[in-house]
Amino acid sequence: MKTIPEEEAKRRIAWRIAKEFNDSGRTLFINLGVGTPTMVADYIENPGVFLQAENGMLGLGPAAREAEKDLFLINAGRIPITERPGCSYFDSALSFGMIRGGHIDATVIGAFEVDGDGNIANWIIPNGKQLGVGGAMDLVAGAKKVYVAMTHRNRNGAPKIVSRCTLPVTGYGEADCVVTEYGVFDFSDGRLVLREIAPEITLEELRSITAAPFEAASSPVPMFLPPEAPEE
Amino acid sequence: MKESEEKKGLSSGKSMSAEEAIALVPQGARILISGFGNAGDPKMLIDALCASGKKDLVILSNDLGSPNADLGKLLTNGQVRGLIGTYYNWNPEVAAAYNEGRIFVELVPQGSFAEAVRAAGVGIPAFYTPTGVGTELAAGKETQSFGGRDYLLQEALSADVALLKAHRADPLGNLTYYKTARNFNPIMAMAADLVIVEVDEMVPLGALDPECVVTPHIFVDVLVPVR
Repeated sequence: MKTIPEEEAKRRIAWRIAKEFNDSGRTLFINLGVGTPTMVADYIENPGVFLQAENGMLGLGPAAREAEKDLFLINAGRIPITERPGCSYFDSALSFGMIRGGHIDATVIGAFEVDGDGNIANWIIPNGKQLGVGGAMDLVAGAKKVYVAMTHRNRNGAPKIVSRCTLPVTGYGEADCVVTEYGVFDFSDGRLVLREIAPEITLEELRSITAAPFEAASSPVPMFLPPEAPEE
Repeated sequence: MKESEEKKGLSSGKSMSAEEAIALVPQGARILISGFGNAGDPKMLIDALCASGKKDLVILSNDLGSPNADLGKLLTNGQVRGLIGTYYNWNPEVAAAYNEGRIFVELVPQGSFAEAVRAAGVGIPAFYTPTGVGTELAAGKETQSFGGRDYLLQEALSADVALLKAHRADPLGNLTYYKTARNFNPIMAMAADLVIVEVDEMVPLGALDPECVVTPHIFVDVLVPVR
């Protein structure tokens, strides 16, 4: 098993999820969470993908350059963004109506833990320093498909795909697809199934760093990877 | 319309200074305050509320700004008794005050919070939502199954006062907003007994396209033009 540097891992995860939306060929409405999920936007090439921000905007453009920053045009991570032609603004109840009402095709979120039953823990680490849930629970309950974008292990080297979530759960049975730097996993009829595996790892090694059992073909499909980063 | 009649329309009596408006807020009031991040909160009204020294306030808002900035100043000043809202990770003073037992905090998922405010404004006392079922935030909330899926009963959230921020207002109090500063403003305007709106720009009666008014003036009590 070859270790993948964190920045490369995040870029790979974001690119791989963007490929899902690019390959669909359909109009898609997508909500991206903060962190690695926000990076997905950098790789979307399908003009039919429209990004929604839960603070009240449909049709987000790219992050604002310094000269075009408007403090009152921000995404849900408080990052100044831009307008895409055809965008719209609306109040928070309508925004979450879109989400809860099943109008958002997919959300991409980060997570601390995902377990074999598709339970997701991503809203709080009870260390006394955090007190906030934001839209996390609404997004996992409301979006049609929930993609979890996360590194395969946490900073201590422990698996983040676990047999049972130990942290407070955001939504039960809500995960549909987990993408890490080492593979793509789907939840199918309550079973965790490996779809693709990265070239840096064997199936046996992948099982050793994944704390929930998963099904896999004897020789899983190689993971689709981004083109090499251009030389600086 | 003759010019004199236009002028009559301009003086509807809803406009006053921030200090005069905040003087209408009762001690210990339950106050809805708009904004998400640093966009859409009524910064001048918040400053006036801080300066008023009113205490034991219960603030219903998405977040609480940053330590000693914007809404965070109310907590730093010791004016807050409790918070009902969604996300306080941007202001670590909230967790500290909660852990020390100085304030109560009720966390509500953001979509449930928004809908609960809207519900209060439109005469709906409670509703069922799929958000948060089985989680720590479901504690004390009734669960009911519809069509094989579980839902939580969320009660409406109303307040004594709403402090809001609009971009433009006419003298009657018809409101428009600016980009993502709209967020909770339109729904909070419906959910309080006394609605005070800080306004970037006052425009004459008839200057707002009726098709573009976001909040009709029936919901608005006081206008505070930005100085």
